[in-house]
Amino acid sequence: MLGFLKTIAGAAMVLAVASASAHAEDVTVRMLHVNETGDPYWKKIAADYNATHKGVKVIVDYMENEAYKAKLPTLLQSEDRPDIIYSWAGGVMRAQIEAGYIQDISAHKAAFDKVIYPAPLSAYEVDGKLYGVSVQLSEVLLIYNKGLLAKAGVDPAQMKTWDGFLDVLKKTKGAGVTPLIMGGADKWPMHFFYSYLLMRLGGPDVLTKAETTEGGFTTQPFVDAGAKLKELAALEPFQEGWLGTKYLPSQGQFGDGKGMMALQLNGFIQGQQKNATDGKGIPDDQIGLAPFPELPGGKGKITDTLGGVQGLLVTKGAPKEAIDFLKYFVSAEAQKASAEAGVYVPATKGTDAFIKNPLVAEIARAISNSTWHQNFLDQDLGPSVGRVVNDVSVAIAAGDMTPEEGAQQIQDAWDQR
Amino acid sequence: MADTAAPPPVKANYVRSGSLTALIFLPPALTLFTVFVILPIGEAGWYGFYNWNGLAALENFVGLQNYQQLLANKTFHQAFINNLLIIAVSLAVQLPLALAMAVLLADRLFGSVAFRMLFFLPYILADVAAGLIWRFMFDGDYGPISQIWQALGGAPLYILADRDWAYGAVLTVIVWKYFGFHMMLYIAGLQSIDRNLYEAAAIDGASPWQRFRFITLPGLSPMIKLSVFFSLLGSLQFFDMIVSLTGGGPLNSSHTMVSFLYYFGIGRMRVGFGSAVGVILFILCATVAFGYKRLLMRDQDD
Repeated sequence: MLGFLKTIAGAAMVLAVASASAHAEDVTVRMLHVNETGDPYWKKIAADYNATHKGVKVIVDYMENEAYKAKLPTLLQSEDRPDIIYSWAGGVMRAQIEAGYIQDISAHKAAFDKVIYPAPLSAYEVDGKLYGVSVQLSEVLLIYNKGLLAKAGVDPAQMKTWDGFLDVLKKTKGAGVTPLIMGGADKWPMHFFYSYLLMRLGGPDVLTKAETTEGGFTTQPFVDAGAKLKELAALEPFQEGWLGTKYLPSQGQFGDGKGMMALQLNGFIQGQQKNATDGKGIPDDQIGLAPFPELPGGKGKITDTLGGVQGLLVTKGAPKEAIDFLKYFVSAEAQKASAEAGVYVPATKGTDAFIKNPLVAEIARAISNSTWHQNFLDQDLGPSVGRVVNDVSVAIAAGDMTPEEGAQQIQDAWDQR
Repeated sequence: MADTAAPPPVKANYVRSGSLTALIFLPPALTLFTVFVILPIGEAGWYGFYNWNGLAALENFVGLQNYQQLLANKTFHQAFINNLLIIAVSLAVQLPLALAMAVLLADRLFGSVAFRMLFFLPYILADVAAGLIWRFMFDGDYGPISQIWQALGGAPLYILADRDWAYGAVLTVIVWKYFGFHMMLYIAGLQSIDRNLYEAAAIDGASPWQRFRFITLPGLSPMIKLSVFFSLLGSLQFFDMIVSLTGGGPLNSSHTMVSFLYYFGIGRMRVGFGSAVGVILFILCATVAFGYKRLLMRDQDD
């Protein structure tokens, strides 16, 4: 018995030594990404890098969005944490930095300044230190089906103002067309409406003001944004059963022509094609885009944009090769393929020239002309407050909560944070 | 077992080799149990006193604040009520149904095995898969239930989008999925009842109802107690299907306590708050489990 155990132990030791020596030559950089649109392109970037860099092996792994958010805190606490992680910037990133799991890469700031647009890169700076790099940008905007718009007999130019927008919704509904598609079961699609209303009403400093004043989230712009959302929901513009519709099926409904418009991320355009019953959805040339309407008397501009600034962070203890790979990853050369395919808008300077898809090019233009690009509220405010914003948005729209109660709940969540 | 007394020498031998076995086999199991069960329970109790996001250092001690927030939380109240509803439906609908089916299918009639399999099948299915299947069944646009309703002339039914119906849908799926399991328990119980009792009763002229009331029910009582026990604990721990079927929606109306813990503790990176939920759940489960065993299953241990 004992002899047998010794043999096993010996064999295990030989194996361990062998694998250790194999790793001694190769530096492994593990990148953990959320499986979103860019999949084949990111793996290709890693493969290209591996081919030209002897002794370094970059491995790209994926995790599903919600699973990633739930597992990352545990993963980070392990010694075996991934070297590069996906991030939405904002509150979650700040918590990770405060906990000391993210590397300060300010020493490489000059190199990244040269390639990345300044606004998105600044989303990865905390207290004057750089902790990550933005890779892709997205914008939330009104995406409409031109055919249904014509059927309803409305003019998209009308949607520039809030009243005009509400008018369009009324007319559309009157023509027997569902005006808006909403994935209400996932909640965050509804928080886009609340966020944009807040931005248009309160202007660029609306969040910083609320965060730094006592009871700041119960002030006028927050209550008013809720009231406007209630006004919109009172027209019952969403498809029947919207409270139970998840995000992906809502893409399918748009793709099946069951509703005219959605206030969604640019990724929705490809999504509705993929998730339509016929797998084709509404073709690109039948899709129109419009910014969220302006609110009279509000402090925000129609050119202010809401959207993501997703990027990558380098974790504590990652080898220096990880930063080197990151530099390659965000280079125009590496981002060219995904820009050409139009899967997202890269944060890398000069890539807009590669974008062929006219819709993506339009979005890229809107982002680069943006007078203020606000990160998603449910990311920016951190998960505990952000998800309350999502809850509140849906509850107000469903008539389950008054705008005042909603504002108070956000304030409570902020105080209990 | 205990009263089939073995001769003393053999018994002594058994004890000695038994303690050696315990010495070899107990430490690994005990270590695992301590590391993966006892310690986490203790840690949850500890974290429950902190406002902690799961990442940073554990330093923001808040005393009982998490518990205060929890007890004031309306969604948690609803989740607690939802758990009670599962228990109520399990006891009032699921168990009688399972019992009726068991009595019908216990005899080796033609087709009874096939029906047993059919009713047991949903239990084999993973909760998550069952939730996804029924999510589609209940879908207002593409799901069969709504389609049938529309064919009968009704308007599309959006069951999972309606606060008054969504949790009813969850309860229906629970009964559908679990009654087969309880039916199997009862069938096993029925087969251990002495057939002679039925014959004797029939000769004495007992009606079918009397036979059921005075032979079947008492004979099944250990199984019924066990089945109620499973129902109670299963109800308190109910989670997976909520995630895939309703995600706690619409408007957080269909959470159970465990899904509340997941969405409001882990999903929102409020690990301290989530731990407080866990502690409450643990106390509830432990109380129910030990209380029930003491009160009703006492006679079965010896």
